[in-house]
Amino acid sequence: MKLSRKWLNEFVDIGAVSDRAFAEAMTLSGSKVEVTEVLNESLKNVVAGRIVKMEKHPDSDHMWVCQLDVGEDAPVQIVTGAWNIHEGNLVPVARHNSLLPGGVKITKGKLRGILSNGMLCSLKELGLTAEHDYPYATIKAAALLNDYKPLDPEKPSIPADVQPGHKIYGKVVAARVTAVSSDDGILWACALDTGSGMAAASTDCANVHEGDLVAYDTGKNHICTLEDLRADQKEFPHCIPDGIWVLHEEGVKPGDDMAAVIGADDHVVEFEITPNRPDCLSVIGLAREAAVTFGKDLKLHTPEIQGCGGNISELVDIEIEDADLCPRYTARLVKNVKIQPSPAWMRERLRNSGVRPINNIVDITNYVMLEYGQPMHAFDFSCVEGGKIIVRTAREGETIQTLDGNERKLTTNMLCICDEHKPVCVAGVMGGANSEIIGDTAMVLFESANFNGASVRRTATALNMRTEASARYEKGLDPMNTMKAVQRACELVELLGAGEVVDGVMDVIAKDAWPVTVKLEPEKVNGLLGTDVPESEMRRILTDLGFELEGDDILVPSWRGDVEHYSDIAEEVARFYGYNNIPDTLNAGMNQRRGFSPVQKAENLLGALCRSAGYNEIITYSFISPTYYDKIDLPKDSPLRDSLKILNPLGEDTSIMRTTTLPSMLEILARNYNFRNKSVKLYELGRTYFAKNDGSGMANEPKVLSLGAFGPDMDFFALKGAVETVLEGLRISGVRYEAEKENPSYHPGRCAKVWCGDTLLGVLGQIHPHVAANYGVDCELYAAELRFDALYESIGPEPVYQPLPKFPAVTRDIAVVCDQAVTVGALEACIRKGAKGLLKDVALFDIYTGTGIPAGKKSVAFNLTLRADDRNLTAQEADEDVKSILDLLKTELDAVLR
Amino acid sequence: MKEQLEAIRKQALEAVADTQTGADLEAVRVQYLGKKGELTAVLKQMGKLSPEERPVMGQLANEVRAAVEAAIEAQSAVLAEKALAAKLEAETVDVTIPGKEVEIGHKHPMYTALDEFKEIFINMGFEIFDGPEIEQEDYNFTKLNTPADHPAREWSDTFYLTEDSSVLLRTQTSPMQIRAMEEHGVPIRMISPGRVYRKDEVDATHSPMFHQIEGLVVDKGVTMADLKGTLNAVIREIYGSGTKTRFRPHHFPFTEPSCEVDIQCHKCGGKGCPTCKGEGWIEVLGAGMVHPKVLRNCGIDPDVYSGFAFGFGLERMAMGRFKISDLRLIFENDIRFLEQF
Repeated sequence: MKLSRKWLNEFVDIGAVSDRAFAEAMTLSGSKVEVTEVLNESLKNVVAGRIVKMEKHPDSDHMWVCQLDVGEDAPVQIVTGAWNIHEGNLVPVARHNSLLPGGVKITKGKLRGILSNGMLCSLKELGLTAEHDYPYATIKAAALLNDYKPLDPEKPSIPADVQPGHKIYGKVVAARVTAVSSDDGILWACALDTGSGMAAASTDCANVHEGDLVAYDTGKNHICTLEDLRADQKEFPHCIPDGIWVLHEEGVKPGDDMAAVIGADDHVVEFEITPNRPDCLSVIGLAREAAVTFGKDLKLHTPEIQGCGGNISELVDIEIEDADLCPRYTARLVKNVKIQPSPAWMRERLRNSGVRPINNIVDITNYVMLEYGQPMHAFDFSCVEGGKIIVRTAREGETIQTLDGNERKLTTNMLCICDEHKPVCVAGVMGGANSEIIGDTAMVLFESANFNGASVRRTATALNMRTEASARYEKGLDPMNTMKAVQRACELVELLGAGEVVDGVMDVIAKDAWPVTVKLEPEKVNGLLGTDVPESEMRRILTDLGFELEGDDILVPSWRGDVEHYSDIAEEVARFYGYNNIPDTLNAGMNQRRGFSPVQKAENLLGALCRSAGYNEIITYSFISPTYYDKIDLPKDSPLRDSLKILNPLGEDTSIMRTTTLPSMLEILARNYNFRNKSVKLYELGRTYFAKNDGSGMANEPKVLSLGAFGPDMDFFALKGAVETVLEGLRISGVRYEAEKENPSYHPGRCAKVWCGDTLLGVLGQIHPHVAANYGVDCELYAAELRFDALYESIGPEPVYQPLPKFPAVTRDIAVVCDQAVTVGALEACIRKGAKGLLKDVALFDIYTGTGIPAGKKSVAFNLTLRADDRNLTAQEADEDVKSILDLLKTELDAVLR
Repeated sequence: MKEQLEAIRKQALEAVADTQTGADLEAVRVQYLGKKGELTAVLKQMGKLSPEERPVMGQLANEVRAAVEAAIEAQSAVLAEKALAAKLEAETVDVTIPGKEVEIGHKHPMYTALDEFKEIFINMGFEIFDGPEIEQEDYNFTKLNTPADHPAREWSDTFYLTEDSSVLLRTQTSPMQIRAMEEHGVPIRMISPGRVYRKDEVDATHSPMFHQIEGLVVDKGVTMADLKGTLNAVIREIYGSGTKTRFRPHHFPFTEPSCEVDIQCHKCGGKGCPTCKGEGWIEVLGAGMVHPKVLRNCGIDPDVYSGFAFGFGLERMAMGRFKISDLRLIFENDIRFLEQF
């Protein structure tokens, strides 16, 4: 919401409060100021100037040297290339060292040797348009034959030596202008030498000057424009419908600041209004807030209307079919309407509030909407067939062309304003082209209605046309505001002389709004706020805001639909008591359980362990593409493909909730590979999502620890080492690695399932080259997926101190030869099983194949540590244990001492 | 013989002094003091001496032996010291050569910020709750007093998993307020960080998935002053003890009164600059007193209990702290980015 501070001042006199102080105070009382724009900051040292003398530039065929009275003793000389000006015109003068919108700086300089102390300005240069801001300033140009440049120099349509009296075509002849004069600066009386005699013609083309050669239509007594000659603009390069803005503003004199002339001597404050406060989407609503904020009086105005007799009820009938969608519809009728531009002050206010002026009637509706916050609509009443307004939902198949020119298909839940036969307006959204206010509109029906906010929002969304009106309606407006607004509109009609207001108001109240009351409970309010605000202060704040107090009953004003509970009252009190005056206290809501939970501690530890193993934490999206399951070669019938689907995803890539974190990890690995990062180790503790199928629609969201890596130092055992580090750090013991050949995402010979007892912790291994290729990666990728729940369950107990050994250990190295197929895991298990109680540790230290070892066999060497807790071990005792081990290796695995 | 002994003494001492290595020294020792050494050879001639001369020469010979032995011992120490010095010299390293790498992983900067945040709240007696991301509309919106026609419920804003809009990806961590009250009961003092989802296209400041931290305190007699005290304490922990804050009225469906909290711009000290978009203040969180309807929706009597709730945006906090300019970096996971933190 853009608020003009000049407009605000009409309703509350807050004095000379600086923009910064105003923004701060309003923000802290709940109306957040986004930005304040000082309009004349971009328009400086531009004044009105009267052209007292104009002479042709001696060295140019198209420039004028002008002397301007700018309210000082001596005139100012400015050179211009514009042709629409005349002596006596009042024009905007950008003086030496002036500033124009867009940051354009104007300084003095020489134009073809003649000093110019600035620039004369067009509307555009002041940031304005003729169309919306100053319709009278539209410039028409006559075709000046002395400006003629043939498109083809070989074949000119008009000879270069054309003289008065030469025929151009038909009855059009060349004529020399011998004198030009104007009473109003709008119509110009020209004396013409037609070659064969003198003629007098009047024209509204502003570019005609004494000495010019014009095309004169002797039949129509008319000076021809380019259009009349069907000429191309290029043929008359300086006869353009553009030029200096010639002012026709009452009371403006040379030297006046142009910023003030165009109403730019204003400061516009832009507010962020929260959706619960649609009343603040208006000058009056914000004035009320400002009045309470600054402790000033709110000066409201009651519209006064003369009326012209007649009776609206004889001319208009209104019927509301759906009271829920339209609780109230208020209307007044204006006849003998004269459509014209609205006055400058109104156009300035609209413009400063970010609304484009159109014409007096449309401008009045917008002005009232900004001032009262009540959207209004004006119908050309002659287009309302049967003189009857019916508020109803659209019928099947109905369409309407809206004011923006688009044909709209209406559906049966859209509320429309209709006449007897057709919709003429989409209620609260936009009017129909069929009843648009146009130049010859003679009778206007002003609508000021209250519509259901949700309905307006649904309709506006469905039609994809959010308007100023719908944005207000959708938040729920004050039903009591319709009457005030329509009265104000009619008052403005009379003030602007835009028409005659027919007596009587049509006001159909289909659904009554009951006033809401809340009890004033000062102790509860203070209890909630932690304050000690006196009751009298609460009453003052509420009264100033428009709440009425009857004893302890608070009558909530109709525009405050957001207030219904003492907590709402507390907010009103707190806003003006000052949030920042509420004390700071601590320590409410203490409870027994504190600190990180065991699960959270395990998660923290898990992360620390991954990092200590060199892995970096990543964060990946929870949603993936269904095609990602193909990328990891997941079988078509895999239950992991049964993902929860987002019905309205941003795109396919983020359309399903992942059941595995592997694609996310591989995507990030591939991305890093593409970034040419050489060595990458990553981890994420991320969720997967599986439908609960318990009717809740919700999901089990188990977390998975994924590790992913590639690089010169990576191989299966580097990854396994990291997994072992994590498991050891979590005190998970009795871990078993089982070759896994069936997982299609992994290398069949370099993949293992990780078990702890009967609990499957997860899987690790090298990514299958096919899968890596699917990600465009041609190096070895490694990944592990460990289920957090399983890890958490498998965490071992707190360690208990074991006495350190008092007696030395005996070590023995053994190397056994066995079949290639026998795993190290099996050998190690057999060694542990074969030992007779003295074996404390087994460590693999070599695997050898080649010379000396038969084909299909391998030599595996272990270092055994043997020790007794209560005595020095003798060599003989150690050897007995080793023998027992070797015997079992032989019998169980056919592994013989090398 | 005396001359011989003196000559040996002189030659031996010179030879000792000349030695450069332990081996040289040992050779000298053998040459003079060994079984076949020169001194031994002289002593073997003692028998030929007269009984008068014998003790004199014996004493002299012992003196010579002792002198040579002492010289050898001294020279040995000198040589050992010299050898050590040479060894140390030879072992000298270029200390500017980089050390052997001990690879250590890095925490994601977002979670660095989050973990610090958790610590602060844990120390203030809060619990941490974890909750579902696939959530019921009821918890994400309805029980939080969000009107049935609220724009946030639109399919253009929220990801839905069912046609009837009953299941969605949570758009905020606020449903954890409801779950915490329903499942934990009161009094309660918790935060709940986590992922949330909104239908925003990816750009420098938007992501369809991001993180929030919800906070909730409910007990008898909880006041807005408690809200202010708690949040001011937290903000000063995060942003420094001198941080100035301001509480501004705002609107959320699930709190009343509601507020937004700004910190004074650290760059300009409140004067207004590009960092704070000229306002002098930077918004850091939204908060408010739990709406009585929300309490009632959780079976808690708002006439007996009251509470406050708040929500921080984690990305903004982490990006501000580490001066990360583009949100996309957070989810891109380039190792060159991750290793900076």
